[in-house]
This record gives sequence, structure tokens and C-alpha cells, in this order.
Amino acid sequence: MGYDLTLEGLRDLAEGAAVLGTGGGGDPYIGRLLVEQQLKAGRTVTIIDVGELPDDALVIPSAMMGAPTVFIEKLPSGEGNIAALRALEAHLGRTAAATMPIECGGLNSMMPLLLGAQLGLPVVDADGMGRAFPELQMETFAVYGVSGSPMAIASDHGDTGIIHATDNRRMEWLARAMTIQMGGAAYISDYPMDAATVRRTAVPGTLTLARRLGSALRRARAEHADPFDALAAALSGTIYTHGLVLFRGKVTDVDRKTVDGFARGHVTLVDLDDPDDQLEIIFQNEHLVARRNGRVAAIVPDLICTLNTETGTPVTTEALSYGQRLTVFAISTPALMRTPDALDCFGPAAFGLADPYTPVEHLTAATT
Amino acid sequence: MRVGIDVGGTHTDAVLMDQTTVKAEIKTATTRDVTSGIVTALRRLLAAAGVDRARITAVMIGTTHFTNALVTGRGLASTAVVRLALPATAALPPLVDWPRRLLTAIRPSVHLCDGGHEFDGRPISPLDPGQLSRVAATIEALGIRSVAISSVFSPVNTELEERAAAILHAELPHLHISLSHQIGRVGLVERENATVVNACLRDLADDIVGAFGRALRTVGVAAPLFLSQNDGTLMDAEHCRRYPVATFASGPTNSMRGAAFLAEQADCAVVDIGGTTTDVGVLTGGYPRAATGEVDIGGVRTNFRMPDVLSIGLGGGSRVTHGSGPGGAGLPRGRGGLEVGPDSVGYELTEQALVFGGSVLTATDLAVAAGLADIGDPALVRHLDRDLVRCGIDWMAARVADLVERMRVSAAPLPVIVVGGGSVLMPPELPGIPSVHRPEHHAVANAIGAAIGQIGGDVDRLFAITPTHTREDVLDQARTEAVERAVSAGAARDTVEVVEIDEVHVGYLPGNAVRVRVKAVGDLDLARRTPTEEEPQWVTT
Repeated sequence: MGYDLTLEGLRDLAEGAAVLGTGGGGDPYIGRLLVEQQLKAGRTVTIIDVGELPDDALVIPSAMMGAPTVFIEKLPSGEGNIAALRALEAHLGRTAAATMPIECGGLNSMMPLLLGAQLGLPVVDADGMGRAFPELQMETFAVYGVSGSPMAIASDHGDTGIIHATDNRRMEWLARAMTIQMGGAAYISDYPMDAATVRRTAVPGTLTLARRLGSALRRARAEHADPFDALAAALSGTIYTHGLVLFRGKVTDVDRKTVDGFARGHVTLVDLDDPDDQLEIIFQNEHLVARRNGRVAAIVPDLICTLNTETGTPVTTEALSYGQRLTVFAISTPALMRTPDALDCFGPAAFGLADPYTPVEHLTAATT
Repeated sequence: MRVGIDVGGTHTDAVLMDQTTVKAEIKTATTRDVTSGIVTALRRLLAAAGVDRARITAVMIGTTHFTNALVTGRGLASTAVVRLALPATAALPPLVDWPRRLLTAIRPSVHLCDGGHEFDGRPISPLDPGQLSRVAATIEALGIRSVAISSVFSPVNTELEERAAAILHAELPHLHISLSHQIGRVGLVERENATVVNACLRDLADDIVGAFGRALRTVGVAAPLFLSQNDGTLMDAEHCRRYPVATFASGPTNSMRGAAFLAEQADCAVVDIGGTTTDVGVLTGGYPRAATGEVDIGGVRTNFRMPDVLSIGLGGGSRVTHGSGPGGAGLPRGRGGLEVGPDSVGYELTEQALVFGGSVLTATDLAVAAGLADIGDPALVRHLDRDLVRCGIDWMAARVADLVERMRVSAAPLPVIVVGGGSVLMPPELPGIPSVHRPEHHAVANAIGAAIGQIGGDVDRLFAITPTHTREDVLDQARTEAVERAVSAGAARDTVEVVEIDEVHVGYLPGNAVRVRVKAVGDLDLARRTPTEEEPQWVTT
């Protein structure tokens, strides 16, 4: 079941993670380089299915928290992520049998791979977001009753802290304050749990899914095939049952500003042949809702991905600019991310949107 | 009068300008020996104009020497890299993503040392002079003469790079030192890469700038020498010795600025069509828009300021085919899948094109058949199907119009200037574009761009907005710094104006961190030629 990641597999995974970043998640470039360094030094990244672990095996996730702007300047020491894991292990008095991502979109898909390579720890093929989200409590783990605390946070110097918060939202606030004191970027290990709980609460198979999406894009480019057909084909048979092109057009307006530490804004696309046909996407770090001529076409937690129309390369919200030819590709989230509890945690209302959640496949069925 | 010279890979163009008038223009072949090529160009130019060399007040040269050196890996100096950051950054040492070809060429000596700052200016760790003395000893033992120094968040606080340079310089006074905060912006990997590129070009810069100087003396021109930078401004010869990387991509920039100048447009798109490729860029206030993301130079990822240029494989030598790939750009293919480029016959146009008696159908043949150009023998393309010719021309025009459309940043219509040898491929009107100009002298637009260069000053760094240091204060401070930098680089103070200001708020950080980029430019002050003495001593020699 388990497999070792190759260099090509890693690059595919990084690109697929950028797709699942749904406009945010941070550029996986630095993260990919970090893991590449490990592979080139002869270390391995072993990705396993959670079923390969005994039920009581301890799994400790690894992630980076803070501003991507800091992360691209103050590169990791390679010690902070280990320090966070070790601090949590010491606190719990137990040793981790494996690590895993809390987020499979963008940069944080890479951090557990780094830790896994450094320590020879297997990486569980699953995560707690099924995409990228901006806050630590927006986890399926949290939705299904796992406490994020105790959580460990560490700096590049090796300073560590243990946070016991009364709920996962407060954990996010406290961790954010420490992150800033640690220089704006820190390494965390949170949501420690046994393998049986991972099986019950995590979105399964997302590292492999990211790798498949990246590989599909790479092959489509090499074969001059349509990258969006390739993405849809790669999704078929997975728990992300629907992948479909929502819109194809040209960016005619982008507006972004930083509000309360988030990159908020919107982008408007216009159909090349019919200027009256428009799609507007609202984002907060990640894309939240796409409205076609005023009607909701896809909404969080379903994935709204903006990709270059010609190459299929994912385009993040920071990189959006006037005149780009983009294809908006929507991906349905798995059933465990659509339950009422899940929607309370990371559905439209959690982002202040008034629209109710409607699955993307119902929305598109209604309009066509 | 000013002389502008553009040294390209194959051609060297030169113009003589009196204020805004082109007095003479020539084209010669670029020679392997740098000096003789410039001597030939200068002599022919002066002869063509019939002007006394004493009337020349300045010579501006745009060159691809440094770009070519990086691409070919030839003439690069062995270089040391010193990064001030520990314990941060240890997991990703310098040069990790460089192509092997370049690593072999520069045989780097890499040193990770204490130092660096947090985003808010707190130190990561204090500088360790003992560590740096040991680095100096290693560098000396290896016989390395050029060093790149980077420090985490040096665009916010430059102090540590400067102190480290002073320590190394005290031990090894002959060292050439390049500091990352003077070269790139936030983004350590990319800024450091650009700094190392600069450092490994330092020896070559001495050679090239020396050769240009000798050429001027040989011809008897006593006027000062300036080099074009990639943002369209000039640097003096001394500055170029220290920052050769600033010449990268000055060719497209000069071409765009020259075109805009000839067409008397400050805000426009410029389409430069050559034999193989078409470049499209956009000018605002007479200066090209800078690329916002990472730029790959010779396989090295940098965040160096570079003009934002879109290129496609379309030029006078492009082959006309019935393509099999996807249409691309969402454009309909021409009739029967007709496509022009990206394959080109290149410099063999005069043998292979139909109008020259060859057997390859090229873009030039279509232009001649359509009556847009008078090249070769029009009789040789008279047999071409009229629909095919019209479809081909329409396809090329649509492709170029589409590129222009993509380069626009707003819905406001943008006039288009078409230049370059391949500009004959374009019909007088392009779909969806309000006006198309093809100015006189357009074949030497790049040399004109060099000749009209001004002096600039840039600021690009993070500022903190606080109750006592408001957004207005921050913007004022950045504006003042940019103006002062332009003046200290040799601009006449009363001519300096801020041409570009851009603020980006940084997410996830407390308070309001804002990244501000300001560009100020002014006219070259030829009466006051002492810019080098204002530079810190350790970057000279």
C-alpha cells in the first residue's frame, strides 16, 4: 500500500497541492525545494495508508503557521519542525508512529514530507482540510470531535511552547500571537491522535490525489491534451466525485486588500465571446464563492480553482491580474466535508457569506 | 549630442542624437572582440553624420554581453556566497536550485553564518566577526575574488550585510563584494541568486567596461560612458562594474523606450517583431512595467526587477504550417489549421524563403504576397492562394492583438507601436486596437532607447505603519529616498520626478506591514559627474 515518493512524484504533488490550494495555501516552491534537498541527500519520503498503522499508533501532524511573505525570506532551519514534534511527544509521553498534513493545499502539503524525510517517519496519506483553509480550527478533525490541543509550536531557534486551549478557535488565536513573536512564521504540531481517529476524521488519500492531479497536468502538457479533461479524469473514481469547468474567460477586474491579516478581494472574469456573461469570485486567502451573472455557481467548501487556460497551471489570488485567460475549475468536496457540522466549521457562514451551501454538482445541473 | 549603441547577439546598432532628433543611424555586425566592434560602429556613425567627435557629450551602451555570459557559462568568476541567517535557513543552503552547468562554471564556496533579522527588525542572531574572519581565510586560500553577501530581511535592515562586508574587506581589501539588499527584494532564494549572478559577473564587467572605454579612446571620444539598465535608466561605467546584473534584459527595455519615444507616446504597448520572436511590453509614463513575479535568467530563479515582456515564436522567418497542436490562447486556428511559427528559418531567411528563391513558405512570403512588404522577388509568391495569404496575415494580426490585450492592466484602450525588422508582417490595423503606429527609424529603436536613457532611483522594501508613522509618512519617506537615490546616482535634482509608486499590504503580520516600491527618474546631470564618491567604499575596487 505504502510507497516512496520519487523526485518526479514530489514535483507532481507540489503542483497538485497548488490546485487544491484553491487560490491560496501559499506557493509550494520553497516547500518542494526543502523536500527535494532531502531526497537528493538520499533520504526517503514514505507515504502510507492509515490502515497500515495499528489502531492505537500515535499520529502527529506537522505544519507551518504564519505569513508566506516571511517564510520565503526566513527559510526554515530544518530544526523548528522537529522541535515542535519532539515537544509534543515529550508532553504526551509517547512517540509518533507517523506524521501527516493538516492541510493538503499549497505549502503545508510539503511540511510533513520534510519531517518524514528528516526523521524517517512515514507520512499518512490523508489530511484534515481536503484543500486549503486559512485557520487552524477549520479541520475535519475538529468537526468530528478531535481537539487541536495540546499543540506544540516552535521557532527556528528551537524555542517551543505547548498550548492547551479550551477550544480550537482559541487555539488558533493563541498560536497566532506566538507565531508573531517567533518572527511571523512558526512550526506547529497539533491534533495529535491515534490511527483509528485519523481513519474516522481525516479526508483520506489526499496526498496521492494531489500527486495524481499534478501528474495529469504534466502529461496533458507533454501530449498537448486538454489539461481540464485530464484533471476531471484524474478525479474520477476518487471521493472528489465531480470536477468540472465552471467558466472560461478573461480577467477584467481584480481587487484585493489586506483586512484583519487576510487577503480579501474579488476577481471578475468575462466570457471571450459574450461580454454579458460574467463570473465573479470572492476570496479570502482562498476562493470562497463564484457567482455567474449574480447566481452562485460554486461555494465553499467546494473547491474553486483558477488555472491558466492554456497550460492548466494553478493561479493564486496574489498572481491574478487583468487580461489573464483563466479557466475556473470546480471540484466537489467529499461527503464528510458537507455534513451540517462540517458546514458550521468551514461552510459559507463561517466566512460571513449569506448564501446557503449547495453542492456544486446541483448548481451546475440546475443551470445547464 | 548623444550616441546610443545597442550591442546585440548578431547586430550592433548605433544612433547619433541631437536633443530629440536622430542625426544618423548605422547597423554593423557584432564582433567577438568587444573593442573593435564599438570602434567600427562609432567611426561609421561619425562619418555618416559628418560630426566632430568633440561635440559628443555622452555615449550610452546597451549590451547583451552579461546575459550571454550567464547563458553560456563563459567568463564567470569563481564566487563565494556568505549568508547571514543562522539558525534560520539552514535547511535550504544557497544555490540549491542552480543548474549544474553554472555551478561547475562558478565553483562556489558557500558559507552559512550567524546574522539576519526578523521581519520587524529584531535580530535573528548577532553577527560573529570571528566566523567571518574564518570565511575570509577560506576565500583567500581558494583564490576567490568575488563574494555575494545575503542576510535575512536585509531589504528591511541593511546593517548586517554592510558590517559583514566591512569585516571581509578589512581582511581582503581586493575583494569584490555584492550585497543582496542592493540587488533584489524580499524573497531570500531569488534575491540571493541575483546577487550571486552579479558577483560571478564582476571580473567580466571589468573587462567589458574596460573594452568600451578603450574603444571610446581609440576613436577619440572623450565623453563619459553610460550603460543601460533593465529598467530603462542609465548607470555610469563605475556603477556597471559593481552591478553588471543590472544590464540584464536592457535590450527589450531599450527597444520599447526607443519605440515609445519615436512615436511620442508615453503610455502604450510596444510590439517588437524580429526574425524569430515577437516581444510585447507595456510602457507607463515612458517606462516599461516591471514583472511582478520570479524571473528565470539562465536557469536561475531571481526576483530581480525585469521588464514584463510576453514573447511568442512569431517573426519574419516563421514557417507557415498546417499545425497539429492545440490552437493556443483560445484563438481559432486559421483555415485548415493554418499556423505561423513558432519554428523559424532564422538567419537563413535570405536562402530559404520563397521570395529569395527558396522552398520554405515563411511569414515574410505572406507579407510580400499581401503587398505589405517589398522584399526579395514578389513574382515568386504570386502563385500563392489568396485566401491562404489573407488567413495567414489575419492569424498573425490576431495573435499579436491578443498578446497586446493580455498585457493591458486596465480596460482603457492602449495605442500600439510596432517596431523591428518583422514589423512588415502587420497590417495597418490590428483587431480591437484603436491605433497602430510604425514610426520612422524603428529599426534602430533599441539604440535610440539607450541614447535617451535617464537616471533613476528605486526604493522597494517593507515599512511598518504605526500611529506615529502613518501611511502618508511611509509614502513620503519612500518618495524622498527614491528621489535622493536618483540624485546621488547623477540625476539633476530639479528634473527628478516619481514615476511609479506601488504599495502592497502584507498578510498575516501584526499592525500594518506594507511593501512600498517607488521609482524616481530625472535627466542626467552632465555638469556634475562625481557619483562614485558617494558610494560606500566597500563596494568599489
